Amino acid sequence: MSLLDKLDAVAATRKALLPEGIDVFGTPIEEVYSSTEARIGDRRILFLGTNNYLGLTFASECLAAAHSAIDSEGTGTTGSRMANGSYSGHRALEREFADFYHCHSCIVFTTGYQANLATISGLAGAGDVVLIDGDSHASIYDGCRLSGAEIIRFRHNDMVDLEKRLRRLGDRSRSTLIIVEGIYSMLGDRAPLAEIVKLKNAYGSTLLLDEAHSLGVLGKTGQGLVEETGLIDKVDFITGTFSKSLGGIGGYCVSNHPQLDQLRYVSRPYIFTASPTPATIASTRAALKLLHDGIELRQQLWKNVHQLYSRLDDLGYQLGPEPSPVIAIILDTPRQALMLWKGLLDHGIYVNLVLPPAAPDGRSLVRCSVSAVHTSEQMDHVGSAFAELREITFA
Amino acid sequence: MASDYTDVLQKLCHHLKQFCEPDAQITPQTDLIHQLAIDSVKLLNLVMEIEDEFDISVPLNALADVQTVQELANLIHRIKSAQ
Ligand SMILES: Cc1ncc(COP(=O)(O)O)c(C=O)c1O
Repeated sequence: MSLLDKLDAVAATRKALLPEGIDVFGTPIEEVYSSTEARIGDRRILFLGTNNYLGLTFASECLAAAHSAIDSEGTGTTGSRMANGSYSGHRALEREFADFYHCHSCIVFTTGYQANLATISGLAGAGDVVLIDGDSHASIYDGCRLSGAEIIRFRHNDMVDLEKRLRRLGDRSRSTLIIVEGIYSMLGDRAPLAEIVKLKNAYGSTLLLDEAHSLGVLGKTGQGLVEETGLIDKVDFITGTFSKSLGGIGGYCVSNHPQLDQLRYVSRPYIFTASPTPATIASTRAALKLLHDGIELRQQLWKNVHQLYSRLDDLGYQLGPEPSPVIAIILDTPRQALMLWKGLLDHGIYVNLVLPPAAPDGRSLVRCSVSAVHTSEQMDHVGSAFAELREITFA
Repeated sequence: MASDYTDVLQKLCHHLKQFCEPDAQITPQTDLIHQLAIDSVKLLNLVMEIEDEFDISVPLNALADVQTVQELANLIHRIKSAQ
């Protein structure tokens, strides 16, 4: 098969799965009105899948900081920090993240995806083992591939399976990096961190926790699952992203291991890409303050979560295992998922459609994410739309 | 050694049957993806079952080179013998 034939095969698969005339995976957004509303075509829609957990994309503090950084430092850094230097904003944000976690060091990356690539491939290499949850995000899988380490998966959140695999490794468990997520991006469930920490200690392994979806969402100051469980000192490395609760783009890794700093010299996804723009860094610094102080935002977020989760549960939809800002509706077939997704869009609600193989276990999902700034009227509207669509989806 | 390998192949075929059409013909040369329609999700689930059966972990890296039933059986046998 030629290179281009392979892409034609992709087009054919897409065509068979998706209806004509709707670009499900590239929906054009014409105008953005706020953190929760935009225009698609000629209609005003509600965002219910954008991971904007605290609704900070239009926070006045963040907008002002970004404007001022553009005016004083320009639109871009035009290169890597290794070659073009570290701006004061990069260094300040790293200090602020380290302080936020009460940790020794932090490195900031250009995206959350690269934070995982850089951290995993910088820590593990040929001859080492990475032991990852089966439901891990693509950035974790790709980071593992880049590392050259042996990649072993354990069944999602299954501690018996994790232990079995650690035992099978024998002495190699000491050069093993276990990787889990605070809140899993697709089904919204938490990792059983206390049990994972016990196992990693018993087998002498190293633990990396990706807090992409739990930063700003869990814990009193929003550190994530480490704060909710009080286990921050037991986790070796934490990665996360600016693109969800912080409303920007970029990623980070924090750790109490002073060796973290050496990643700057060995990690290709840090070295060979341009550093985050001044505006991105400035808005993220402002957002991190708001996130830290955002106790009320978190309370409102969880109120919205419980309201929507229990409404959907009452309606009989099959949901992810526990309420969280990621609420996944699990459908038997891609067609049902597509019907529900399209039905919601017709009601002015824009969510994520996840089809196999992207969803765990070959299932299809309609994935919603709830924000602290969704109003109770908006949540009511969402509930009514799901009530109406129940019949159509399962007809 | 040889009987070990036969044992692996037999058990593998037994698990495979549950992942394919009832009338599928399975031989050592059968291509998992093209002839048995075992997609990437099914393959990972199949591997999980096999891992339990033989008490081994199959690294994802090694799976990339596997196309036929025989190649998968060889891989399992190799990992099992190295334990
Ligand atoms: C668990 C997890 N890790 C990492 C990432 C990558 O983050 P980003 O999209 O900010 O690059 C994502 C999200 O896309 C994610 O869900």
